Amino acid sequence: MNARSIKITKENGAVSIDAEHIYYRDLNRAIRDEIGNGETSFRLKNVNGHRYIADGICGDVSIDVFGVPGQDLGAFMSGPTVRIHNNAQDGVGNTMDAGKIAVSGMAGDVCGYAMRGGKIHIMRDAGYRIGIHMKEYYDRIPVIIVGGKAGDFFGEYMAGGRLILLGMYSLYQERSIVGNFMGTGMHGGAIYVRGKVDGHRLGKELIETKPSESELRYLEELVFDFARDFDLDANEIMAEPFFKYAPKSHRPYGNLYAY
Amino acid sequence: MNHQYQKDISGCGLSGIINAKGERFSGSVITRSIRSQHDRGNGLGGGFAAYGIYPQHKNLYAFHLMYDHHTAQEKAESCLRETMFVHHQEPIPIMPTEKIQAHPILMRYFVLPAITDEEKKEMETLPVTEDDLVVRRVMHINNDIDGAYVFSSGKDMGAFKGVGFPEDISDFFMLGDYHGYIWTAHNRFPTNTPGWWGGAHPFTILDWSIVHNGEISSYGINKRYLEMFGYTCSLFTDTEVVAYMLDLLIRRHGLPIEIATSALAAPFWQVIERCENEDRELLTAIRMVYGSALLNGPFAILFANRRGLVGLNDRVKLRPLVVAKKGDFTYMASEESAIREIAGDVKEVWSPIAGEPVIASMEDHD
Repeated sequence: MNARSIKITKENGAVSIDAEHIYYRDLNRAIRDEIGNGETSFRLKNVNGHRYIADGICGDVSIDVFGVPGQDLGAFMSGPTVRIHNNAQDGVGNTMDAGKIAVSGMAGDVCGYAMRGGKIHIMRDAGYRIGIHMKEYYDRIPVIIVGGKAGDFFGEYMAGGRLILLGMYSLYQERSIVGNFMGTGMHGGAIYVRGKVDGHRLGKELIETKPSESELRYLEELVFDFARDFDLDANEIMAEPFFKYAPKSHRPYGNLYAY
Repeated sequence: MNHQYQKDISGCGLSGIINAKGERFSGSVITRSIRSQHDRGNGLGGGFAAYGIYPQHKNLYAFHLMYDHHTAQEKAESCLRETMFVHHQEPIPIMPTEKIQAHPILMRYFVLPAITDEEKKEMETLPVTEDDLVVRRVMHINNDIDGAYVFSSGKDMGAFKGVGFPEDISDFFMLGDYHGYIWTAHNRFPTNTPGWWGGAHPFTILDWSIVHNGEISSYGINKRYLEMFGYTCSLFTDTEVVAYMLDLLIRRHGLPIEIATSALAAPFWQVIERCENEDRELLTAIRMVYGSALLNGPFAILFANRRGLVGLNDRVKLRPLVVAKKGDFTYMASEESAIREIAGDVKEVWSPIAGEPVIASMEDHD
């Protein structure tokens, strides 16, 4: 498909692209071309299933997505702010380095896989394997906040970073706040849940504690930012006690090896 | 040798639509949905199942056959004439397109089994039904007649499939001209088994159809188990076992769908241990009796018969599945965008729990 046939206009300082009938490759190429021209603000309309939006993009770019983007949005990105004004699909923020992705709906599976920096905010529910193998390095601490409920394997193999689960803005009244096998294989970072998680849902690497005063202040900062993104009441979120789930050891399988 | 080949193990795309009131709609709708998931496949298979498409022959089994060569056709037709009453037959209408390279001979036959005296006795003394006799005939053709494959055998339904992207297969079979109340579609990305006409999805037996995204690593076990009950797998594709497993568990053994799916996607023992006594006994019994029916491996499947459409994931949700509802329509697909492509403003969208079937039934069914 010819990139020149894409409808690109400029409105209020933002590049507006109508993604209807545009192949994902041409859409992403057009965005990168415009960034090459010095543009930093984008509005993508009529997005539906377009893959790999914002993948690998660096720098201070802002992208508003209207419609449901396809798989793997924001993978490897470092710096942009991407706002999705609908649901997102699977693979959001894979190996994300910096920036923010805000989804004002639900997200699919495997969100924030191997994330290493930045923030992902999901207003509603998220699927399976959220934050799997997140990692941190000194002050590079990635954060994922899920406003609704999450499925199995939440924080599986976490090596660092912060996962926050609120269970408040959920579609699923009857489901528990998190599925099974939460934090299985976890060896770094922390998971904060608004409410207590049933013991049988926890990976055996975890211990449950109450956040310290300074942790609560840190949580509050993160929650206020989350609430701002979706016009929610941060005080209401902080009104209930949080529980902290963290690994007992940074090397849970150490005794499987000879040394 | 192609060293550029990269195995994309989360490929394959699914889409399904059901109108619970039985209002029939054109195949162009499901085609738009599966086309939007074009990149989930690689052109090595596409297919559709449609229910309610032969209302004028409701009570006849519609056999769709593909033949590699005329000899296969002669042999199969001779077999059909011997074992069935063939009400009428015709080539399946196709519109040749350069997108579809080389196709087998494609025929359809509207039939009823010609019941032998021996079979009549079986039906009187054993739990053998007309459906069972049809299954036998299908197995016979698929196994014993080289180059002939029955790719659907249900009443008032049909499968349409081949090598090509599904949207091209849809054009090839002119599915826009068919109207059905349940449609499923598949975009294939084969990983373990060859891409060939018979290997495209859906896999069917009687009016069961299944489209599948994933890998059935328990294929060998499932296949050997099914052989004990007269089902032989001859289509070189792991998914084939699921169609027969459904027929065995649900039609022949009479298991309710939720029980059958808890055999196919069995709960973990640690979950069963936490259940109440009765549930624990039941789930344990199912796992013990139907251990060989367990489907190991990542999967998302959509299966249907004339009574409804069911979506199911493996217990650890290793493949995507999204469900939506709008009025009398229920949609199930690998990606939400594939649903929004055809039901744009749908409000009720959700992600099912792994291992728990999503069952969309017809409101009035026999």
